[in-house]
Amino acid sequence: MAKHHISFNLNGKPVEALVEPRELLVHTIRENIQLTGTHIGCETSHCGVCTVDLNGKSVKSCTVLAVQADGGDVLTVEGLATAEGLHAVQQAFVEEHGLQCGFCTPAMLVRAYRFLQDNPDPSEDEIRWGMSGNLCRCTGYQNIIKAVQSAAKKLQQA
Amino acid sequence: MDNANDANNAPEQDDPIKGVGCARKRKEDARFIQGKGNYVDDIKMPGMLFADMVRSPYAHARIKSINKEKALALPGVHAVLTADDLKPLNLHWMPTLAGDVQAVLADEKVHFQYQEVAVVVADNRYIAADAIELVEVEYEELPVLVDAHKAMDDDAPILREDLVGKMDGAHSKRVHDNHIFNWQAGDKDATDRVFEQAEVTVKQDMYYPRVHPSPLETCGCVASFDKVNEHLTVYITSQAPHVVRTVVSMLSGIPESKVRIVSPDIGGGFGNKVGVYPGYVVSIVASIVLGVPVKWVENRMEHLSTTAFARDYHMTGEIAADSDGRIKALRVNVLADHGAFDACADPSKFPAGLMHICTGSYDVPVAHLNVDGVYTNKAPGGVAYRCSFRVTEAVYVIERTMDVLAQKLGIDKAEIRRRNFIKAEQFPYQTALGWEIDSGDYHTALEKVLEACDYEGLRREQQEKREKGELMGIGLVTFTEIVGAGPTRNCDILGVGMFDSAEIRVHPTGSVIARMGTITQGQGHQTTYAQIIASELGIPSDEISIEEGDTDTAPYGLGTYGSRSTPVGGAATAVAARKIRAKAQKIAAHLLEVSEQDLEWDVDRFKVKGVPGQEKTMKEIAWAAYNDRPEGMEPGLEAVDYYDPPNFTYPFGTYLCVVDIDKYTGVTKVRRFYALDDCGTRINPMIIEGQIHGGLNEGFAVAMGQELPFDEQGNILGNTLMDYFIPTFVETPKWETDYTVTPSPHHPIGAKGVAESPHVGSIPTFTSAIVDAFSHLGTTHLDMPHNAFRLWQHIRELGLDKRTG
Ligand code: FES
Ligand code: FES
Repeated sequence: MAKHHISFNLNGKPVEALVEPRELLVHTIRENIQLTGTHIGCETSHCGVCTVDLNGKSVKSCTVLAVQADGGDVLTVEGLATAEGLHAVQQAFVEEHGLQCGFCTPAMLVRAYRFLQDNPDPSEDEIRWGMSGNLCRCTGYQNIIKAVQSAAKKLQQA
Repeated sequence: MDNANDANNAPEQDDPIKGVGCARKRKEDARFIQGKGNYVDDIKMPGMLFADMVRSPYAHARIKSINKEKALALPGVHAVLTADDLKPLNLHWMPTLAGDVQAVLADEKVHFQYQEVAVVVADNRYIAADAIELVEVEYEELPVLVDAHKAMDDDAPILREDLVGKMDGAHSKRVHDNHIFNWQAGDKDATDRVFEQAEVTVKQDMYYPRVHPSPLETCGCVASFDKVNEHLTVYITSQAPHVVRTVVSMLSGIPESKVRIVSPDIGGGFGNKVGVYPGYVVSIVASIVLGVPVKWVENRMEHLSTTAFARDYHMTGEIAADSDGRIKALRVNVLADHGAFDACADPSKFPAGLMHICTGSYDVPVAHLNVDGVYTNKAPGGVAYRCSFRVTEAVYVIERTMDVLAQKLGIDKAEIRRRNFIKAEQFPYQTALGWEIDSGDYHTALEKVLEACDYEGLRREQQEKREKGELMGIGLVTFTEIVGAGPTRNCDILGVGMFDSAEIRVHPTGSVIARMGTITQGQGHQTTYAQIIASELGIPSDEISIEEGDTDTAPYGLGTYGSRSTPVGGAATAVAARKIRAKAQKIAAHLLEVSEQDLEWDVDRFKVKGVPGQEKTMKEIAWAAYNDRPEGMEPGLEAVDYYDPPNFTYPFGTYLCVVDIDKYTGVTKVRRFYALDDCGTRINPMIIEGQIHGGLNEGFAVAMGQELPFDEQGNILGNTLMDYFIPTFVETPKWETDYTVTPSPHHPIGAKGVAESPHVGSIPTFTSAIVDAFSHLGTTHLDMPHNAFRLWQHIRELGLDKRTG
């Protein structure tokens, strides 16, 4: 299969890859570029553990072709922390015990990051709906909700 | 017994050593929140190939031929292996944990849909996926057996031709070729006699559907055989890496010293990752044959279809009682659907796990349990899904039958429990089915919950709602679990006793590394084990590193499932730490030039009794252990403990749930869920609460939506996340938690284990609430899952959805 040369910004840095047209973005990120924070749980858009940010929107990278990211901006969990330290959502997940096995966590964080950009002061109900594309089997969600609420507060004060 | 709001909830900043009872933040989190976890699919080795499975589209069929030519011709394909290729190595069948055998790759016949027929090994997962489409398999369909109730009919299709005529089963005589075992506990005759003469008897059939633990990370492995050194390393999603090492060594003939199993970070287990699966075996074989590392990771559909399901118990609960509702006898019958191979993960002596805890929290004078296991054309499994072995089933049958009894006698379900509880002063209590319940205080837990939820008020509200034709249900469950398998006198897996272990080393500067035979999958062992050691040794938990999961370094242990880490691994940790403290005391006595008896322990140091200022801290002692020790004492400060528990532990709780059901759609709103748990001594309240939230949500999933049904041809229905219910943020109810503390008298620190109670306890609570919404109309039981469609059907049957006016 002829390969395509693609380039995009990943966590603020330019990257290039040679991909088959059928290659999924999640595989490019995990296997080609070797950032393994983004996970795979179903490959059918249900579980959300592959969530990344593509051009300012949350997408499930198991159902996005790598070629669709060509020329785009991609953010993964590895891009959340800055030189100043952890992002407020990362800190809040630790403080509120919003993770257990950690498998859903990177995608949860990336989704929470985008969700709070779109809705900086959400109600609990809005958090439940806004985060509902991401499954977690361990936490029962309650502490994740707390974490998103506390991150929202922190971000608004900043 | 303590109450909530006590010092057992110390925030982190109030406890400098962050020991037992401290809500210490987790050590694990830093890597996970930064994408630096290391799960099996993250492992990449030079030259690594990918394995993918050719699976059967049929539930029961003879394999006429397999043609690999086209697949092998595809560039990038390195091998296609079938049972015939494994035969010379004698690896086409493997032993199961339950004393049966299971086909690694289908040998002449397939026994369930999606069974492994051939494995393709290729450069990458895309090529492997292409190649499996090119493997041509010709099948001849056979009659299919789906209904467990028909398994032992005279004309039932025989599934296991390899077992025909072998009527001595692993656990009992077999009475039919599709029969696996009969297993009984208790006194049948005495129980039957009580039933014959009882004032009141009730009987309820119930089906506990086949469900699947389905953690978000599926199962997988990377096998790497080093031909030069003849050394095998396998990274694997395993809840029991040491047992896997033993099994791999026994199967392959490679000495156990040359097999290294590593459980890296695990993305949830919930019982699904206890067993050894064909994918692991073929990856190992492929790596040995090809001389390069081979990765196999199943996809979600393979996961739901083939790797260890749970439950699938057809149960009948019967209680004989007097007219006041006092239980005189309990009788439980089970038909267990084990699928095509008996691969249950239970202690060897207990083919129905610990189902004989089914007398529950009640003083039951006499009881009998009868279980028959049968083969059907379904995937093997039968693991404990977030519970101790078959304890969820046991709790379900007793709690449901108690409700039926209450309903028959017109006694409130709280009251019937009050009347039958084992009383606080009766512990340790010998149950009719052979257990010794270590400790409990059931009345206090129940009353606390009833008061917190204003039970009387809820009942009044329900009455008003009923008068208006609305459906409101109140569920109540008072469960007792049995966890922490287990005493080696009656618990083993493949002959290895179910002890667990800890090895602790104190470095000269007083920091610690400790390794355990268990393996965390989200429970936070790195955090909580360190807290146990911190409290025992007075060394801040932040200076204590915990490692698990690498069989080359960790001491041998049976792993993490059945809530056994704290009861067994945690006990080993405490005992090993106490050995260190005993040595430290000798060193302190030497340094202070007093006798050992003159010393007393105070948080992090030994003090000379009555002489202020004469003391040595653990850090000073650690340094001395390597430099200045008593004459004749060996240097160093470390200890190992292999802990064989004297008994199981018995956590308990009272759960209350309030539901409102829409009578036109069958949609249920869980208005309130209140969970009081007693897990004995609480090591980390923050983690306990998190575990309870998660367990409740998995219970909610099972009760309200999860099932793996099959059609008549044996096609599995519901094996994608489109169909298989995993609650999202939106459906998930709000959880309220509470606790009492009744320590285990035999556990070194009094802890009992907690993470599975909420699953075990919540499932019958949901059913209790749903049935309660209809109980005034004569409904005594409804089988799970309580999804809207099934409830709507029930509402229709009762004619409740007629709009008037
Ligand atoms: S892996 Fe992409 S949604 Fe599940
Ligand atoms: S923390 Fe395990 S799936 Fe969310």
